[in-house]
Amino acid sequence: MEAARRNDAPVERLLALYRTMLRIRAFEEAAEAAQKSGEVRGAVHLSIGQEGVAAGVCANLAPTDLITSNHRGHGHTIAKGADPAAMMAELFGKATGTCGGKGGSMHIADFSVGMLGANGVVGAGMPIAVGAAHALKLTRRPGVVACFFGDGAINRGPFLEAINWARIYDLPVLFVCEDNGFAATTRTRQMSGGPGASARAESLGVPATGVNGNDVEAVDAATGRLVATIRAGGGPQFLHALTYRLMGHTASDAAPYRPAAEVEAKRADDPIARARARLAALDLPEAALDRLADEAYAELDRAVEAARAAPWPALDQAYADVLDLGAGTWR
Amino acid sequence: MAVTAGALTTYLDAARLALADEMRRDPLVWALGEDLGRGGVFGQYKGLVDEFGPERIADTPISEATIMGAAVGAALVGTRPVVEMRFSDFALCAVDELVNQAAKARYMFGGQARVPLVVRQPIGAWRSSAAQHSQSLEAWWVHVPGLAVVAPATPADNGGLLKSAIRSDDPVVFMEHKNLWPTSAELDREIAPVPLGKAAVVCAGSDVTLVTWSAMRFVCEAAVASARAAGISVELIDLRTLWPWDRDAVLGSVARTRRLVVAHEAVQVCGVGAELVAAAVEALGPGIAVRRLGAPRIPVAYASNLEAAYHVGADQILGALRALA
Repeated sequence: MEAARRNDAPVERLLALYRTMLRIRAFEEAAEAAQKSGEVRGAVHLSIGQEGVAAGVCANLAPTDLITSNHRGHGHTIAKGADPAAMMAELFGKATGTCGGKGGSMHIADFSVGMLGANGVVGAGMPIAVGAAHALKLTRRPGVVACFFGDGAINRGPFLEAINWARIYDLPVLFVCEDNGFAATTRTRQMSGGPGASARAESLGVPATGVNGNDVEAVDAATGRLVATIRAGGGPQFLHALTYRLMGHTASDAAPYRPAAEVEAKRADDPIARARARLAALDLPEAALDRLADEAYAELDRAVEAARAAPWPALDQAYADVLDLGAGTWR
Repeated sequence: MAVTAGALTTYLDAARLALADEMRRDPLVWALGEDLGRGGVFGQYKGLVDEFGPERIADTPISEATIMGAAVGAALVGTRPVVEMRFSDFALCAVDELVNQAAKARYMFGGQARVPLVVRQPIGAWRSSAAQHSQSLEAWWVHVPGLAVVAPATPADNGGLLKSAIRSDDPVVFMEHKNLWPTSAELDREIAPVPLGKAAVVCAGSDVTLVTWSAMRFVCEAAVASARAAGISVELIDLRTLWPWDRDAVLGSVARTRRLVVAHEAVQVCGVGAELVAAAVEALGPGIAVRRLGAPRIPVAYASNLEAAYHVGADQILGALRALA
């Protein structure tokens, strides 16, 4: 895994976070282009502008820790250590994809790095995350489960049920509310009673910490404290990361429901640009930072080429992994 | 535990003993649901917390979505949860978790993980429980790729099929009939696993094939006895597993009798009976005579005379057998 280590010098750590964000951005720009060209099909939900949350949180997770994600899950998956080439092949629907081409963007998963699946249903990863943590506790295995969800999920029942569940069983869960302000194409605040996500978590006895999700160092530092608390037996924690979705709900949503000036203002707070400015201020040479970006985009160029060249899944895979019982009785 | 197999054992206790056996056999098996520490709503878990402790017989909040969803997460990371839903009606609060998550995770993720869980959903009209505590929703789950569906009728089958369901790596919906809890039979000391996907031929016959499952088996037995008195030889098949259903047993029998009646408690429209009848006609030709008998497409009423209007009776089954024979 590419995760920065806590005892790294601050510059080294920020560089690692910066590199993770660049790799996510490169992946999603490539995914968007491939969606426009028709090579990637189905819904593609981009997290461009939100990379600070994925990178900052996952930098504090070990390979044996687990995550669940939502429909906007590329960033979480890359930050947790999945191979972008296998992920891109998955988006292309190819046999070499992380799920053999059977999941696509919305169901991307890589169990080999503890990534238990993106999800096509808002909030549905939350019960799964607390269940995974429940199993860790039941079987006396160490580990933390980070549960990524958006602000739209806070109005679904499983949000309440899962947070309550983590509290009453005292489970090692880090809830990460990645608050980009939009529930699909509607502003979440118009649809939410009361003071919102953190207050709801705290009303269930789970301490909430707010953070600027576009400040990757702040996310990293806050997560480091929360994960340490969880590992020490402190029970579930809630991280409320404020960020902004620079793209539409899906790659084909032009997001006409918000003023262009708002998006432009938010673009100035892009987490990658922010980290780069900070690195420059720490005397990192521009050329070195450019080289990191070039490497990230070159990695994705190779991933797209490989995905394009990869074979489609064999047709018998349509019938594989349904059910052992009654296998062969498809009609 | 107060009861051991080997004596007269109820349908309820057979499953309870089977679960205890499986929990002793495999430390990764655990149960979760509302009120399990108190024994469960019907006593199906009575005493288990004393032996296995509150971690493995887990009391949960009234949070069906998360009971089911947490079981999916716990199964994905290697445990084998037995999920209690109290009533199949309440499982409707957990449909996303069952249909979109449990049934699909293995497939969507390209076989990276399995979801070895059992979800117990008691079914059936019982003690004037009215519209929200009486449904038999097996056809919903049979329709969903990725789920197996079981509906036992006898104590031996309830215990034996539950053992097999727990050992299966597939998600299994396990539907026990509430009216059958107190029914009893002499069981072997050791409850033998009953294979999933295998029907039981209750009695052999040559004129008509009658297929059923769950509590309707006993209504059918009464109808078969009356038919026999009227000179009609009926082959009665208890399907036991509704998906995958035992095609060899059903179609083999219908190939001989050329007549098929399917009787079930659930609503007839789009019920499992429709599937069996269609499959038999497709496989064996248009010369097959068929009848479906299920409930009318009405909710279950509270008043006993109205509730009775929902039930398929032995006389209706006898009428169908006579009409075809």
